[in-house]
Amino acid sequence: MSLQIIKTGLLDTIQDGGRRGYAHLGIGEGGAMDRFSASLANALLGKDLGSPVMEFHFPAGQILFEKETIFCLTGADFTPALNGIALPLNHPVAVPAGTILTFYKMKWGARCYLSSLPLIHLIPWMNSYSTHLKAAAGGFGGRALQKGDRLFYAEEKALNVGSIQLLPWQANGIEQPVRQAVEYLVGSEWNWLKEASKQRFVESYFQVSAAADRMGYRLDGPSLETIESKRSLLSSGVSFGTVQLLPNGQLIVLMADHQTTGGYPRIAHVISAHLPLLAQKHAGEVWQFIASDQESAEQKWMAQQQYLHQLQTACTFKMQRFLDGHRS
Amino acid sequence: MTSYHPYTLFPLGDAALLISFGEEMDETIHQKLLLLYEQLKALKHAAITDLVPAYNSLAVHYDVVKLLQRNPHQTAFESMANAIQKLQPAEEILHRERPLIKVPVCYAPSFSPDMEGLMHFSGLSAEAIITLHSSVVYRVYLIGFLPGFAYMGTVDEKIAMPRHAQPRLHVPAGAVGIAGSQTGIYPMNSPGGWQLIGQTPLTLFDKDASAPVLFQPGDAVQFFSITEYEFANY
Repeated sequence: MSLQIIKTGLLDTIQDGGRRGYAHLGIGEGGAMDRFSASLANALLGKDLGSPVMEFHFPAGQILFEKETIFCLTGADFTPALNGIALPLNHPVAVPAGTILTFYKMKWGARCYLSSLPLIHLIPWMNSYSTHLKAAAGGFGGRALQKGDRLFYAEEKALNVGSIQLLPWQANGIEQPVRQAVEYLVGSEWNWLKEASKQRFVESYFQVSAAADRMGYRLDGPSLETIESKRSLLSSGVSFGTVQLLPNGQLIVLMADHQTTGGYPRIAHVISAHLPLLAQKHAGEVWQFIASDQESAEQKWMAQQQYLHQLQTACTFKMQRFLDGHRS
Repeated sequence: MTSYHPYTLFPLGDAALLISFGEEMDETIHQKLLLLYEQLKALKHAAITDLVPAYNSLAVHYDVVKLLQRNPHQTAFESMANAIQKLQPAEEILHRERPLIKVPVCYAPSFSPDMEGLMHFSGLSAEAIITLHSSVVYRVYLIGFLPGFAYMGTVDEKIAMPRHAQPRLHVPAGAVGIAGSQTGIYPMNSPGGWQLIGQTPLTLFDKDASAPVLFQPGDAVQFFSITEYEFANY
């Protein structure tokens, strides 16, 4: 064994960059809720951006590293500590066998990510390591991680870690926005809305309700109305970030584990570059929707991906130098 | 000569687009939709990550970075839209035979909690309902909601009962149901609001199989009645 879960978290699962190519069979993409942070954890270790990571919700599980490990935490700040000593986020660390990782308080954000070296041995399902909870497939046994679960490393790698040691590089993590704004593009049923409702959509604050999970966030906000009441939509494709109008006038934003098709009007889509921000929100948090355009939305996404790829390239070299320096 | 039914293209956010064939549910439209779907699949476009056919629309999910790297002077949406609009209908794909999938169903009372409700709704006997349900060759319009949940049409309007206002908390895998003009089978245990009229012994979703889902969009499906004894020994 290499890594043991010694305390069960609320919902800790293996996720990766998502499962592609099977949506026509009703098997959706899933994957990390905050893809930016998951990719960042991998980039900082010089790993492929879409590599599998552990996604923690709060309260998070507790981990015993039975073998020496290099890992990195990104995303939410659940005040992590190693053997009781505070561990910074977005900063790779090397730990000797026997080290325990504990999360204490929820300081900011909703999902925390852990990427490790050596790689964890996992069996892919339908070309991805993401956990598909409904199908009970993928990830670690198709389910959330529980106390007693043991994960194994896929390779033998002597790291020669004498004591807990932060590696000599780090990055900025996901921004904690001062301004609560989420950008959107109009959806195919945007014009079903009455003019007053379109106004209301951009002028109001919307709050994440208690009914928020990996499948979607129901929002609390002013009621929105369509021009023709009771106009219905035949089931049609949707995306991670699609904002649907429910019959009661309230909204739902589809998240990572969304169903592949939906029958509610799609009035808007959160831009991909802002999905990580959304993924870090808790029930009770509010924001405003701000209009974007196709080109801006794509450019923002492109900029994020370029940054992550450049960071990954730089860290691949840094990691190699670090490991070379640790050969016995 | 076939032609693609006139369609419109609209962004589905910034990482996908929707090809819309209108608002109607119609077999002819769906046939053309499927033709475009098959042709896009055959293209093996490096930037397309998912194709999701539905009743009258086809969602195309794509990799924005790949499209922008290839064509930096237009949006990824425009690049993808152009690639789609260049496609000409290909006759050979249209004529590919789809086998008829025959699905055994036990319609016995113990497997059909909503049969009585359907009898009230239609004014027909259980036998007549079973005959109507099993005499149609259905088309799989889309697979969604759950892995392997095939939405099939078109149910005879005499038995096209709307779904329950309040869904059941537990519907077993294999339950056969009706929701308006659609019929379908729950591939796994799930909450569900469809009118349940039978149970199939077939496995609709097997996560360990190399092809986990039994159905594909466009499949032809017909149900046939089996007895409780046959069900138990299937």
